[in-house]
Parts: sequence; C-alpha cells; structure tokens
Amino acid sequence: MRRRNQRAIVWVALGLLVAALSVVAAGCGGGGDGEASTEIEGLGSSLEEIREKAREEGEVNLVIWPGYAVLTDEFTAATGCKVNTKDGASSDDMIALLQSGAYDGGSFSGNATVRLMATGDVAPINTEFITNWDDIQEGIKNQDYNSLDGQAYGVPHGRGPNYLMFRTDVVPEDTNSWGVIWEDEELERYKGKISIYDDSIFIADAALWLKATRPELGIDNPYQLTQEQFDAAVELLKKQAPYVGEYWPGDVVKQIQSYTNGDSVVGTTWPYQYVQLTAANVPVKALKPKEGTTGWSDTWMIYSKAAHPNCMYLWMDHMASPEAQATVAEGFGEAPVNLKACDLTKDPNHCDTYHADDETWWEDVYYWTTPQEDCADDDDSTTCMTQADWKAAWTEIRG
Amino acid sequence: MVESRLTRLFLRLGAGVTLFFIYFPLFVIALYAFNEKVTQRWPIEDWSTKWFSVAFHNESVREALEHSVLAGLGATAIALVLGTLASMAIARHRFFGREVMTFAVILPIALPGIVTGLALQATIKDVLSPLGVKFGLATIVIGHATFCVVVVYNNVLARLRRTAGNLDEASADLGADSWQTFRYVMFPQLRTALLAGGLLAFALSFDEIIVTIFTAGAIQTLPIWMYATLFRPTELPIVNVVALFVILVSVIPVYLAQRLAGGTGVAGGTTQRPARREP
Amino acid sequence: MTSVSIDEASLRQSPGRRLSTFFYRHPRLRLWTLLALPVLWLGVVYIGSLLVLLLSAFWTADPFTAKLVHEFTLDNLRRVFETPVYRDVAFRTIRMAALVTLACAVLAFPLAYYMARIASPRVRNLLVVAVLMPLWGSYLVKAYAWRTILSGEGAINWALGPFGVSFNGYSNTGLWLVFTYLWLPFMVLPIYAGLERIPQSLLEASADLGARSMRTFFRVTLPLVFPAVVAGSIFTFSLTLGDYIAPTLISSDQFIGTVIYREYGTALPFAAAYAMVPIVVIVAYLLVARKLKAFESL
Repeated sequence: MRRRNQRAIVWVALGLLVAALSVVAAGCGGGGDGEASTEIEGLGSSLEEIREKAREEGEVNLVIWPGYAVLTDEFTAATGCKVNTKDGASSDDMIALLQSGAYDGGSFSGNATVRLMATGDVAPINTEFITNWDDIQEGIKNQDYNSLDGQAYGVPHGRGPNYLMFRTDVVPEDTNSWGVIWEDEELERYKGKISIYDDSIFIADAALWLKATRPELGIDNPYQLTQEQFDAAVELLKKQAPYVGEYWPGDVVKQIQSYTNGDSVVGTTWPYQYVQLTAANVPVKALKPKEGTTGWSDTWMIYSKAAHPNCMYLWMDHMASPEAQATVAEGFGEAPVNLKACDLTKDPNHCDTYHADDETWWEDVYYWTTPQEDCADDDDSTTCMTQADWKAAWTEIRG
Repeated sequence: MVESRLTRLFLRLGAGVTLFFIYFPLFVIALYAFNEKVTQRWPIEDWSTKWFSVAFHNESVREALEHSVLAGLGATAIALVLGTLASMAIARHRFFGREVMTFAVILPIALPGIVTGLALQATIKDVLSPLGVKFGLATIVIGHATFCVVVVYNNVLARLRRTAGNLDEASADLGADSWQTFRYVMFPQLRTALLAGGLLAFALSFDEIIVTIFTAGAIQTLPIWMYATLFRPTELPIVNVVALFVILVSVIPVYLAQRLAGGTGVAGGTTQRPARREP
Repeated sequence: MTSVSIDEASLRQSPGRRLSTFFYRHPRLRLWTLLALPVLWLGVVYIGSLLVLLLSAFWTADPFTAKLVHEFTLDNLRRVFETPVYRDVAFRTIRMAALVTLACAVLAFPLAYYMARIASPRVRNLLVVAVLMPLWGSYLVKAYAWRTILSGEGAINWALGPFGVSFNGYSNTGLWLVFTYLWLPFMVLPIYAGLERIPQSLLEASADLGARSMRTFFRVTLPLVFPAVVAGSIFTFSLTLGDYIAPTLISSDQFIGTVIYREYGTALPFAAAYAMVPIVVIVAYLLVARKLKAFESL
C-alpha cells in the first residue's frame, strides 16, 4: 500500500512540474503581430554599417528550396559571411524550420510567405539596403505573397511553373493536357507509372483540372475552395491515388531515378528535375499544359529575430544580383526576376525559353498561396477550406 | 553433440546467409565510393579514387565532421558523469523513486527518436533559447547526452554489481576520504567499464540522426550533412566516400569497447539490464 | 593497490575527510548528492519536456498561423481514433513492425545458434564482434546503402535482370527488407546470449531420453530461449514503430513516423496526439515482454 502511495506522490510531483513548465512555455508563445517596422535588433542603419557588422557576424543560416543558394563562395569572399543552408522539402517543412529560431531567413513560396507575414515570423524589409531592388521586375514587386499593405516583406527570387513531365518514348509527344494524369482511361494506361508531388498543395492541381473540365463547380482560384469545390478535388485525388506509382516528397533524386529507368513515365515535376534529366539524355518532355498550371513565385525573407540580420540583408541583395539570378535561373530552371541576368546566362535564350519577360505566358500560372478561411477576399459571405483542412485531406488521400 | 550432421550443415548455411546479408550492403556502398560516374548505376563501369580527394577538400564535410566529433566528445563527457553518478546511486542504495530513475535512464533510447527530438526541440525553443542557449553545438550535446547516459550507466552498473560494495567501506575504515576512495578504490575497478561505456556513447552520438535533426538548428553534423546531401543528385559520389569513411571509423570504438568490456548486451552492458528487478 | 599514504594528522583535519565522515553519517545526503545531476537532467529536463509535449496534445493550433492556442480540447485525440486513415497508418506500421520482427528472428536464429553451440570459442568471439560492429555502425549509411541497392538501376535489379524479373525496391517490400537489415543485430545478440545460457547437460539428457534432435529443439531449446527472442523483438519492434527516415528514403507510403513528421511543424498538438500511439503500443509491448520474463535476457 505504502509503495502505491509513494508512486502517486511521484506522479503528482511530475504533474506539478509539468504545470510549471507549461506556464513557462505559454509565456513565451507571443509573436510580434501587426508591426510594420523594418527594424531588427542588431541591424545596421546604413549600408556601410550593415557591411561592417556583417563581417563581425561572419555567417548566415538559410532555409532554402534545394539548389537555391548559389555563388556562395563568391558571397563569402565579398562579405565575410559564411553561408549555411538547409533544404526544405515542402512549404510546411520550411515554416517549421524557420520557426525553430535557428535560421536568419530563407527562400519561401507563397503558401509559406502569407502565413509567415501574418505570424510576424518574417520582418518587413527596408528596400534602400537592397542595391539591386530597382532592377527587379515591377510586376513581381508588391504582390500579396511578398508584401503586406504595400510594405515589402522580402526580395523576389524567381518564378516557375510546376510542369507536366512525361517520357516521350511512352507518352505521345504531342500531349498537351493534364488529362493524362486525371482521366480514367489515361490512368488505366499509365497505372503505377504516375509520379505526383507529395504535399497538400497538390490539391490545387486537382482543382485546376476541375476548373477547366467542370465549370459548374465555379472554381476561380484553385487555392481558395469552398467545401463543395474542395470535396470534388479530394474525390478526384482519391480516384487517382491507386494509379500513382510514386509520391515524391521533395525527394528529387528519387524522381530523377524513376524517370531515368522508366518506373515513372508521367507526372508533375519542378523544372530542376527536367533540367537534370535532359542533361542526362533521358527522353523526357516537360511543358505547361493548355489548362494552365500551378507554380511559384518565391521570395527571400528575413526572420524577425534573425541572429545575423546584416549578413541576411547582404544575402538577399546578393540573390537579386544579375550574376546570382543568372546562375540560379539556369541551375534550377526558372525565370529570373532581375532581367539583367538574361545577358549573363550560358544559354543566351534562357530568358525567352522560360518566358521571363512575357507576362501573358504567366497569366494561367497560379502561384502557390495559402488556403484561408476568408477565401483571401473581401467578400464576407463565403468561407473556404483552411490550410489545416488541406493537410488533413492530403493525409487521407495518401491513405 | 546433440545436433545431427544435417542440422549442423543447415545451421552453418543459415549463419552464412545471415552474415552475408549483414555485410553485403556495406560492401556494395564501399565499392560505390570508387565509382567514377556521378550516376549510381550498377554495375560500376569506371573506377576512380578521385572522389576521395573531392570529399577530402569539401569544406562542409570537414566542418560537419568537426561538429560530429565535438558533439560526440561533449555528449560523452556529460554521459560519463551522469551515467556514473546514476549507476552508483542505483547500485549502492535502496531509495524511494529508484524504479522511476531506472526507467528514466532507458526512456530516451526506448522511445522513438522523433518523440524525444520533438520534446527536446520544444524545450530548447521555449525555455533554453530565452536563457541564451541557442540552437547549435550546445543543444546537440544536450540531446545526445540524454540518450548516451544509458550506455555508460549500463556498463558501470554491470561492473559495480560484480564488485563488492564493502570495498569502499573498507577504504573508508582505513581512513580514505570520499574522493580518495573513488580515486584509488572505485576508479581502478571501473576504468575499463567507463572506457567501454564512453566509447560506445561516442559511437552512438557520432551516428545519431533523428534527435539531431530536431536539436541541431542550422549546424550540420556528419549524418545531417549526409541526409541533406543524398537528396542532391550531383553530390552523391561525395556521399559514397563519406559513407565508406563513416563505416570504417565507427568500427574502431565498437571493436575497442568489445575488447575492453567483453559484453554482449545490446544496450552496451553485459547481459544484465538495469530494468531487471532484484530477486 | 597503489600507494595511498595518509598521515594521521592531516587525516583528522582535512576537509575531504570531514566530508566523507559527514556523508557516511548521512547516507541520504550522499545519495542525493549522487542523484542530483542525473535527476535534474533526465527527471526534470527530459521527462519534463516529454510531458509538456504530450500535454500539448490537448491544445489546438491556429489553422492559419499554426501557433499554439492554449485551450483544452480532446479533438486531436478524437481525430486520431475516429479518422480511418490514422488507424490504417497505425495498423500498417504495426504490421510492418511485426513482419520485421518475424524476419529478424528467422534470420537471427541460425547465426545465433551457430555462434553459441557449434562454433569454436575463437570463431565465436570473432562472430560476436562481426555482429556487434554493424549494430553500432551508422544507421543512415546503412539506409542509404539500401536506397542505392534497391533503386531501379541498382544491384538487385541488375541481378534479377537476366531472369526477366524486375523488383520495385522503393516499396513496402523493400522497406521491410531494409528494416530487417537495420535491426537484425539487435535480435542476434540476445538470442545468442540466451542459447549460451542453456546447459549442455540439459540437451544431452533430452537426447539420452530418446528425443531426436528436432524434438529436443522444439521441446527443450526453443521454450528456454523464447524469452531471449522476445527480448530481441523489443528492439526490432519498437525501432520500426517510430522510425521515419527509412520510410522517407525507401517507401512512399505513410507510416506513424512520417505522419508525425509531416504534422509537427504546423500542427504540433495533433502530432503529439498521434505520438501517443507508438508510445502506448511500446509500453504495452514492454509490459507483455516483462510478463514473458524477457527483461532478464536483455
């Protein structure tokens, strides 16, 4: 009996301990909402001071999409900041990494930036400190995914489409529609050889197909879906799931391998894999189908409590420079946002190939953004499915 | 012998198959380190040692290795202190909460790494960071030490159980103080157990990945570097070389610890485990 | 013993001496001096963190900002138990853990038996080291090695090619193989130790009484060594249950670990709720194992 009592005391003691700890934890949860000050603790007040302080900081820690940090040695030589990078596999992954507090900033897509700006995890920037700011395309500045109330929250990085990619020895070369991964007879034909991006944001790709094929659903923005539209998209994805050969969770190596040996013949991809595969002479073709596609327009943003804010500012500027823009645009296969890069690419036609200056081409590319309950519009009467709903649904689709 | 000739033949065969299964992948990845091409196609067509020099001169590999060694040393040092203290308390005292303590020592290694990692990450972020302990080498050491304690503890406890408790009392009777008793009576008995436990703790820390992912922040250890790099198609040859290096290096402490302690227990002790109740 | 010269005079006054007398008179204090650091570290910091994590299962995360909202709710646990997909994933993971355990036992037995009863002492020692080395060798290197071997262009498909067979290594079958490989040494060693403890005379007695070797094995050896198999299975089972790196590298199916990893960043409360599944299963497994006397064989 006495033993049991003692055990009870231990648990009570542990319980009290937990209570104490959780109070501490709760006290630390607050964020800096709503402030639009570009000041960050330790940041220099002029470009000269930033350069000076950066030498003292000596390093910058970045969360990036794979392949996004380029010319790092040159950057280190010029500024004294060593570059440490961490690849993210999805936007959620990258948000979690940034919120761990260990990073100074990173390259984020719209489905991360909207949330990060709202939580105050990223700070607005002072564009005076970005020497390349004026060279960045005007059409990409001041968008809802990189600014809040007209205040810039980061430096645009580049943009690109999620391609439809297929092996030309298996899939007809003139394929030009997403139907190849959605329609029943096509699914049957390529069963087990379809390759799909493994993230909840892919629900938008289904919504995009429904937008083109089922107008009665009234889908306009594939990221802000009502319950009915959302259910239709999820149903479509559940129908597709048994035919999918691989879901690639940002694991580009696996997808490259599977296309190389023919385990996958059709699916969605980033331009990066397409560039790698064509370089290895694998017979693949990637394109933006006639229904349009999802895509991304990425932004370098600074963590609001960055430990190395000066190096981070210099890094954001570095990535907007023509040299870095040219290197990353060709390396990853995307359109630069600083058109001066177009003179520096190894392939002189790169900017044309990727439609860097052709706004009409981008009209049916829907950049990743965060699903929001208020549908991200001013109309109070509609409600949309949230990010959390998307994630839960994706787990169910994956089974 | 009770086993028939046929049974023995069968066992020999089975043992051979299992051993082959254990060593075949290590052998294959060792070969890939000499693959000249960037693609990982089998069989390897062109051989080269050029990637060794590439890997050797790779700044991030060197840095990651340095972090791994430092983290291993730090974690081992803490584990040695905590493990020894805990095992001495458990072996020589009966006290209230003793069962909870034995349980707490094993928990970090018994629970899934992702649970331990998430728990520690939250504490570091919410409690330690405001106190000035930011994500970095220090937090890796904290994470690793937590699950390394058990191997030191097991080794020392097993040794303490085999040695007579009244030796320290005899030492005290002869006039030695606590430190002298530890230094001249206990330590010589525990030396090899401590060394073995320390080596295994280092090996455990050197190879750990999951808890490290959650506690490292922006710092890379060798496993973290590998886990990031093996998703980059163009850098796989360097990963192969590093993999071979890690295989060769982690063999050393295990071999030495085995020689020193002669134990076969899975958690680094001999055949006894602390969770076992006293009869 | 090395020379410990203690002169009488310094002995009485030395603070160290006074301290040890003090500790001798107050064994409780000596105990708590020993325990203070380990308890602070493991008892307070570690277990405390763990409980705070599990406690957060009763909170919610803002669906948009993912920040924790400290309001008590049972929704997360309800979602774990009521949504079919989380049950499916849990069962898939548990099935995988069971199959891995089975494969490990089947593969480990002949080797352990050979080590314990057939091999000469010299060979035996060599084999113990040979099994121990990969046990401590890098988990990630091993998983990576298999990822390379199992790939469409890897060694296995090359070997199968001439037979016109192709094996999709990046599947649950491939993952099963990898898990079996990763945890195999954890099974070999306890079985080996268990077999070694069986007295030779017992087996001879069985033979003398007329039992054939098969009968001796099933009626004498196996029952005696069973607790050791259970001891090994604790590792093969629990390590499979919580892993997420190997599933990420090899399979593209969801497992408990991958779901927790996917959720933790933006929905920590739910991740914590789901983390209770492997914890409960492992604790239950440990209790059964203790009943079966497996802890004596660890």
